[in-house]
Amino acid sequence: MGKRVGIEVAIAAAEAAALCRFDMAAVYPITPQSHVAEHLSDIVNDGRVDATFMTVESEHSALSAVIGAAGTGARVVTATSSQGLLYMSEVMPIASGMRLPIVMIVANRAVSSPINIWNDHSDIMPMRDTGWITFFSDNGQEAVDMVIQAYKVAENREVLLPVNIMMDGFQLTHMVEPLIMPDQEEVDRFLPPIVPYATLHPDKPVSMGTLAMPEIFSEAQKAKDVALVKSIRVIKEVWKEWEAQFGRKYEPVQTYRTEDADVALVTMGSMGETAEVAVDALRREGVKAGLIKIKLWRPFPFADLKNAVKGIRVLAVTDRAVSFGGPGGPVCSEIRSALYDEPARPAIVNYIIGLGGRDVQVEDFIAMVKKAAGGKLSEPYEFYGVRG
Amino acid sequence: MSDKKWPETWQEVNPGCMVMRPGSASEYHTGSWRAKRPFWDKVKCIKCGLCYIYCPEGCITEDADGFFEANLDYCKGCGICAKECWTGAIAMANEEG
Repeated sequence: MGKRVGIEVAIAAAEAAALCRFDMAAVYPITPQSHVAEHLSDIVNDGRVDATFMTVESEHSALSAVIGAAGTGARVVTATSSQGLLYMSEVMPIASGMRLPIVMIVANRAVSSPINIWNDHSDIMPMRDTGWITFFSDNGQEAVDMVIQAYKVAENREVLLPVNIMMDGFQLTHMVEPLIMPDQEEVDRFLPPIVPYATLHPDKPVSMGTLAMPEIFSEAQKAKDVALVKSIRVIKEVWKEWEAQFGRKYEPVQTYRTEDADVALVTMGSMGETAEVAVDALRREGVKAGLIKIKLWRPFPFADLKNAVKGIRVLAVTDRAVSFGGPGGPVCSEIRSALYDEPARPAIVNYIIGLGGRDVQVEDFIAMVKKAAGGKLSEPYEFYGVRG
Repeated sequence: MSDKKWPETWQEVNPGCMVMRPGSASEYHTGSWRAKRPFWDKVKCIKCGLCYIYCPEGCITEDADGFFEANLDYCKGCGICAKECWTGAIAMANEEG
């Protein structure tokens, strides 16, 4: 069995990749991801995995390098954050379009300007449509577990897509948490060695990243979309296997005290744990509060969400990014769209919270639930707690 | 799939649009793009081979007598060979129609 250790989450995430015996890493350091880059480098330098650590001059190169390595059939890892993720954005749809099983750890951080190194989700949201499977972790244990699960999902022949794991910057990356590090034998049992779909080898030439004329481009895009949509079946299967072996349960949409809930918060990422405490406090006051945590952002778990909101009168959706000039935060607009055709659906209010490292405390979630109980805010989306 | 120009349906597309055999790029005849075609004047040509070196398509080859010619299946008619030929031996003429 794994061992309970006190460990910094960024380092634990790098250790999780090592437990997966990655063959190649290319990472460019950026706050608050740097400890992942440094620790992956240490692991390779110390000979703890038989791997190459490629030093690159940018995030664009980091992702490009792991694409090349994945093309040869290597199990790869990269990591980034904020501007680094945006710098990768040109290469993101190439990784998914080439159907390469890449795993990336993202230490979520706000994007400039103004410059801000702290946590929110404005880095991953512009990447929504790049065709990657996207997991959101609530805590260090989930970040570690999801890195290992990600390889098994990505490398499945029915999937063959890159997976990125969201790990809130500082709130998670720099936190020393007590968590269970699985041991090598357990991970080897869960995750077999990679069997690539195709490899770049002169003995059996193939072309990857080919040209597609207008006559075939739409078919290629449809095939990619179907692969991403269908991957939810494999994700759920892998999470069930994980639960059977490691005893920790993962679901695309996780509910907390929603059975008879009147108002439910919706969160993604580390603030879900603060929201749980708020729900407990509200329940003690007699308020029927609940919480819905979205762990799988892409492919979006429509059926699971519809199931989770049954009987709830008001959803208070929190977003940690702004869709400037848009219909509300990206999570909220997704949820509104997901529920539009439902005959019975909850009223939905939207709070933009926790931007650029702004603290959101238990009392804030309590206030948000109470204010949301009316089913409507004075604005389509509210920057909760903003001054002025 | 190999006998088709491209997959008929999305279900036939290989993961990542991978092409599982070599040399498929040569099946695409870029010569269909051409609006002008190069002609060599064998009187002016000194067989220096600059046209062969500059051709971005790599479609100019040397014949048995040391003169050069373009493979019209691939020549896009860009005119770089004519521009670079310092003896003025290559002329670009409009394609008919």
